Amino acid sequence: MSTVPDMTDGARTPAAASPAGSQLGELRLRGVSRAYGSYTALHPLDLTIRGGEFVALLGPSGCGKTTALNCLAGLLPLTAGEIVLDGRRVDTVPPEKRGFGMVFQNYALFPHLTVRGNVAFGLKMRGVGRAETTRRVDEVLRLVRLTEQAHKHPGQLSGGQQQRVAIARAIVMEPPLVLMDEPLSNLDAALRLEMRSEIRRIHQEFGLTTVYVTHDQEEALSLADRLVVLEAGRVSQIGTPAELYEHPADPHVAAFMGYRNLLALDVVSVRGSRAVVQRRGLRLTGTLVGGGPVAEGREATVAIRPEDVRVAGPGEQPIAEAVAQIVEYHGRALHVEAVTGDGDRIHLRADGGIRPGDALAVTVDADRALLFPSPGTGPGPDPAGAPGAAEVSR
Amino acid sequence: MSGLPVGTAPAVAGPPAKAALRHRLAERGMDRTLLLVLPAALAVIALFCYPFLYGLQLSFQPAKGGVFGAYRQFFAEPFSRKSVWATFSLAIPASLINVGVSVPISYRMRRDFRGKRLLLALLVVPITLGTVLTAEGILEFYGPAGWFNRTLHLLGLADSPVQLTMNYTGVLLSLVISGFPFAYLLTHSYLSGIHPSLEKAAATLGAGWWQRFRYVTFPLLLPGLMTTFCLSFVMAFAVFPSAMMVGDPNGSTHVISIEAYQAALERFDYAQGSADAMIMTALMLVVLAAVTGLRSRLYRGSTGGKG
Ligand SMILES: Nc1ncnc2c1ncn2[C@@H]1O[C@H](COP(=O)(O)OP(=O)(O)OP(=O)(O)O)[C@@H](O)[C@H]1O
Ligand SMILES: [Mg+2]
Repeated sequence: MSTVPDMTDGARTPAAASPAGSQLGELRLRGVSRAYGSYTALHPLDLTIRGGEFVALLGPSGCGKTTALNCLAGLLPLTAGEIVLDGRRVDTVPPEKRGFGMVFQNYALFPHLTVRGNVAFGLKMRGVGRAETTRRVDEVLRLVRLTEQAHKHPGQLSGGQQQRVAIARAIVMEPPLVLMDEPLSNLDAALRLEMRSEIRRIHQEFGLTTVYVTHDQEEALSLADRLVVLEAGRVSQIGTPAELYEHPADPHVAAFMGYRNLLALDVVSVRGSRAVVQRRGLRLTGTLVGGGPVAEGREATVAIRPEDVRVAGPGEQPIAEAVAQIVEYHGRALHVEAVTGDGDRIHLRADGGIRPGDALAVTVDADRALLFPSPGTGPGPDPAGAPGAAEVSR
Repeated sequence: MSGLPVGTAPAVAGPPAKAALRHRLAERGMDRTLLLVLPAALAVIALFCYPFLYGLQLSFQPAKGGVFGAYRQFFAEPFSRKSVWATFSLAIPASLINVGVSVPISYRMRRDFRGKRLLLALLVVPITLGTVLTAEGILEFYGPAGWFNRTLHLLGLADSPVQLTMNYTGVLLSLVISGFPFAYLLTHSYLSGIHPSLEKAAATLGAGWWQRFRYVTFPLLLPGLMTTFCLSFVMAFAVFPSAMMVGDPNGSTHVISIEAYQAALERFDYAQGSADAMIMTALMLVVLAAVTGLRSRLYRGSTGGKG
């Protein structure tokens, strides 16, 4: 390619992009950060996205996901750092020259154009011919199941339909990089699942590289090749779904990965990678993770999934005695929220036979209870600190 | 627990329940709250419709020439007939300038920058000056011995004073100065109703700044611009004080309102004055109807980010 900083290529046809080959080699973010006044919404972010990869940005509301995406799209100037696409710096290239597709969190559909007009907009800007435009728009509308709605204006569509128009509008350009900001947040459960696999299919079929923002861990785990978990503008962990699911780097990631039981306890004894922790009516043996400083008398956070907590069998040492308070019916299993005598809440899965008010003795296997030594009081790295340190290679 | 109806049977067997009156009215676009408008509507009828109708019937009773005598007189007399042209040639350019200039300015003013509030205040201050004050200012500033001409002279740009007052230019200037703040404020608020994410979306789709304006912002702004044009036009069409003070009321700026004023209060021909006013109203309505008609053919939905 030439050195002109214009990566748009209007006449690209789907046939030209081979299904497997992505148009993008490698996108490298180096120390990308963004501050609004004195408030740093995104701390320096280092991330390398390989062509064809599906990366999910995961984090709670307000953690800087949209900010990161806008920086990538060129809609927000960077406060620091650089973005390099296949060896060329692109963070100084204006958004219209980057040629990245973006699905906005609020859709940002053009209200004065029909669905067809919205989807065709980008092609029109690139000067794609009329016949070619019609063909590509028709194809994409069929993909997102909006052929019937093609003549309507966005104001006449349901929220879910608008969202699909936004997706169609971004992917019809077959951009090298697609940025999606919570594209499924407004769909009902069934359509959401359907669109989820649709997005994954489109991603593979068109050889896209996708950065997908979500706060839904299930969505992120099922869609992404790699997850980036953000917390208050900082990276907590980067890794494959399996890595994050099995080895969360800190309690915050653990919480996102379904470890609903997060309790602060005191370390009683340490032996190898095992430690005994207790506080008030709770006492258990867990596996030390996270690499923080650990010593007797210090605090540690234990993270346990509800499905790993079970009612203690005869002869087993229970970790706590608790009274079932809320019992939710989740199909095959019950989700029980039990409260110990000292007010700690324990979430567990049970097969049945538990009713609110039942006294339970619960237990957990030592390798299923992850212990994160609490940072702060002693020397040692801050688990949520240096973003580079948290990066786990694939 | 005997005697309770079985759950499957409907509690009331009979005709389907009627929708509430309010919903039925709403379905036909009626709202009971609108009844509160009644007193105000009566006041409008008393204060506007009555004088209007009075003037209308008066215009059909000229001293000579039968029912349409006054109207015939207006168009027969070249001096009064030309006032139509004089009015349009002032009102249309003034409104176009006001609307046209407020678009790029309010487009720029959407962004935050240092000194924005000061600039805004400067743009809007002329509203607080009446037409008379503006006219005096123009006389002072642009008059043959005003600062403007003196500056030109000092800089050696003009040998003799440039004639900017007591003619067409003076009135146009005054209409722009007093009409621009309204046009600007309206355009500004229409523009801020267009969600900024729309332009961002257009940018990610490859639209440069001109394309973003041309294909996204402008179409969404156009209905608002037309409304702004109408208001600006109505204000300029009724131009009277400035046409008298900084214009040439017996020549190039002999507008319809001056014609009507002279007929009614200088020649004391009330019928003729009323007829002139009616002609003025009719011409104004024709323009408004044309613009409104055009506007109704445009997209008029929401301009927000969610469509
Ligand atoms: N224009 C702005 N000015 C000041 N602060 C801002 C601005 N935009 C965002 N922020 C702040 O930056 C932080 C990150 O915002 P961002 O929109 O990236 O969150 P998010 O992760 O996308 O959240 P959500 O899931 O709710 O969309 C928030 O705390 C927000 O208040
Ligand atoms: Mg967001």
